[in-house]
Amino acid sequence: MDLFLQQVLNGLTLGSIYGLVALGLTLVYGILHVPNFAHGALYMVGAYVCYFTMSDLGLNYWVAIAAAAVVVAALSVICERLVFHPLRHAPPIHDKIAAIGILLFLEAVVQMYWGADFRRIASPYNQILDIGGLTLPAQRLLIIVGAFSLMGALHLYLKKTMTGATIVAMAQNREGAFLVGIDANRVAMMTFAIAGALAAVAAGLFAPINLVYPAMGHLVLLKAFVIIILGGMGSIPGAIIGGLIIGFSEALGGFYLSSTYKDVIAFVLLVVILSIKPTGLFTKGVR
Amino acid sequence: MNRAIDFLLGSTMRWLLLALAVVFPLVTDNEYHIYVMALAFIWAIAVYGMNIITGYCGQLNLAHGGFFAIGAYVVAILTVDHGWPFWPAFAAAGLFGAVFGFVVGIVSLRLKEHYFAIFTLCVGYIIYLMIDKWEALTHGSLGIINIAPPEGFGLVDFTQTIPFYYLVLAFLALAIWLTRRISESLLGRTFRAIRISDDLAQSLGINLMRNKVLAFVISTVYAAAAGGLYAGVVRFIGPEEANFIHTFDMIAYLLVGGIGTLMGPLLGTLVITWLTQAVQSLEEYRMIVFGPMLVLLVIFFPRGIVGSFLTWRGRRMARQAPRKTRESRVDTTDSNSADATEARNNA
Repeated sequence: MDLFLQQVLNGLTLGSIYGLVALGLTLVYGILHVPNFAHGALYMVGAYVCYFTMSDLGLNYWVAIAAAAVVVAALSVICERLVFHPLRHAPPIHDKIAAIGILLFLEAVVQMYWGADFRRIASPYNQILDIGGLTLPAQRLLIIVGAFSLMGALHLYLKKTMTGATIVAMAQNREGAFLVGIDANRVAMMTFAIAGALAAVAAGLFAPINLVYPAMGHLVLLKAFVIIILGGMGSIPGAIIGGLIIGFSEALGGFYLSSTYKDVIAFVLLVVILSIKPTGLFTKGVR
Repeated sequence: MNRAIDFLLGSTMRWLLLALAVVFPLVTDNEYHIYVMALAFIWAIAVYGMNIITGYCGQLNLAHGGFFAIGAYVVAILTVDHGWPFWPAFAAAGLFGAVFGFVVGIVSLRLKEHYFAIFTLCVGYIIYLMIDKWEALTHGSLGIINIAPPEGFGLVDFTQTIPFYYLVLAFLALAIWLTRRISESLLGRTFRAIRISDDLAQSLGINLMRNKVLAFVISTVYAAAAGGLYAGVVRFIGPEEANFIHTFDMIAYLLVGGIGTLMGPLLGTLVITWLTQAVQSLEEYRMIVFGPMLVLLVIFFPRGIVGSFLTWRGRRMARQAPRKTRESRVDTTDSNSADATEARNNA
């Protein structure tokens, strides 16, 4: 039983990281209807910025995460301005190819400057908590608490502030949003900034229990895509629930079925679900 | 001027290109260049497959590199572990590509646009993971060495670069000829109707699912056949063949040459391969150049070299058309002007 609960905790950790990445992806999809393949690269750049702020500048872990969020948000906005904005009227296949172009570029640049070595961020929180027989590394607790408070903050921002409301409005109905005078450029830049920041924070939180290397974004990006397909593209609660589903199935499946194939589980789940229900689990109407 | 343009697009030009390719090994004495050219031709065959599903039919298939790797692995496993000769193994690679493509196609093509692209991206990754992890079948990350070369039946030795070059050239010519036959047939027009709009195609009575799956299967057979040839020339393969990077390379070749055009895939593959060769140090970091190049291409030249040329020609013909009709009627049955009209429609 303890082992099971342990896996549930691991699933919660993974799920909250995946959820954060998927949230950014789903927000961007809701506004621009672009599957942003570059999102995984933004996640990777976030981890590197975090790593170098800590190791080269010697700054505090939290300052490093904040710095990563700011840098990646800026990078994300630059991508929107230079690439997605000029392509907003192009056929859908062009956005996707351009996004892949950004992904390849960022990865190659990082690899050229910092090499393909694996690096590890030292967590300042190495304590191991013991709660009723369950061992819980503080970093994992930090991930869960951090991710969920960020999701809560995002929820409040979208529901309670004016700028948040414009993002929701544009995701719901583009033309309607224009009619009431919402500035599409501002909303698009805002959304890309938030998505980038979320990816960077997720990377910063996850990096201490994982490794930092140029291709680290691939699997996370693919899983985030699986999540938003499961949860419905553009749906915010869908991204969080989907993240938890994938996190749990990976932790439990990796433990009880096969740890070699644990990365395949998410994709097999996707194939099975889409074979039965091509619209995803929570989508209404359109596919 | 018009005659020069017609010549560039006509069948004489294609025969000329073929003749150039045939004499290429005779005029160069650098065997390495011939080898590079043969590899470029193999990639071009795979890119022709991608052109059918992505260029003509409009479905961005991101698992294409995975099917290439499957073709290579079928040949490798059958020849090394089961002692098959190359040619039956090669046929099996094509067959397996078709069957696997059919299965994946039936599931994935129920999805549209973004969903299809993401789904195939995941399929590509599953293929990579399976090759990497299923050690009993694929030898895992060690890869497979000593793959049998194609038998020449005592006539030629395909382990030599030059005979192999001609073999690959023959397959490439076959691939281009088939693509041309498909693109000019009703089937090709059906694919293009689907690319322009699913709903439009459906209202014309086109069975979407059947045609999309057909396009997908054709493309995976191209990819698997190219992979089989690749295994036959390189004779060592590893899980890296299924890496995304190869799919993205192929997208770059396709976009540079001209997506949805007949000669675009060949032109794009050759241009990029030789550019990469010219700057050897670029090999590892080629994505620093490819990435922004892809972005700039889709923003400014979404139709690539051949497509931009066709668009330019289409505009030119449109300008001249009123003058011409007074002199003599424009011959609209000519296949080239049909292409130009198509180019104009897409411009």
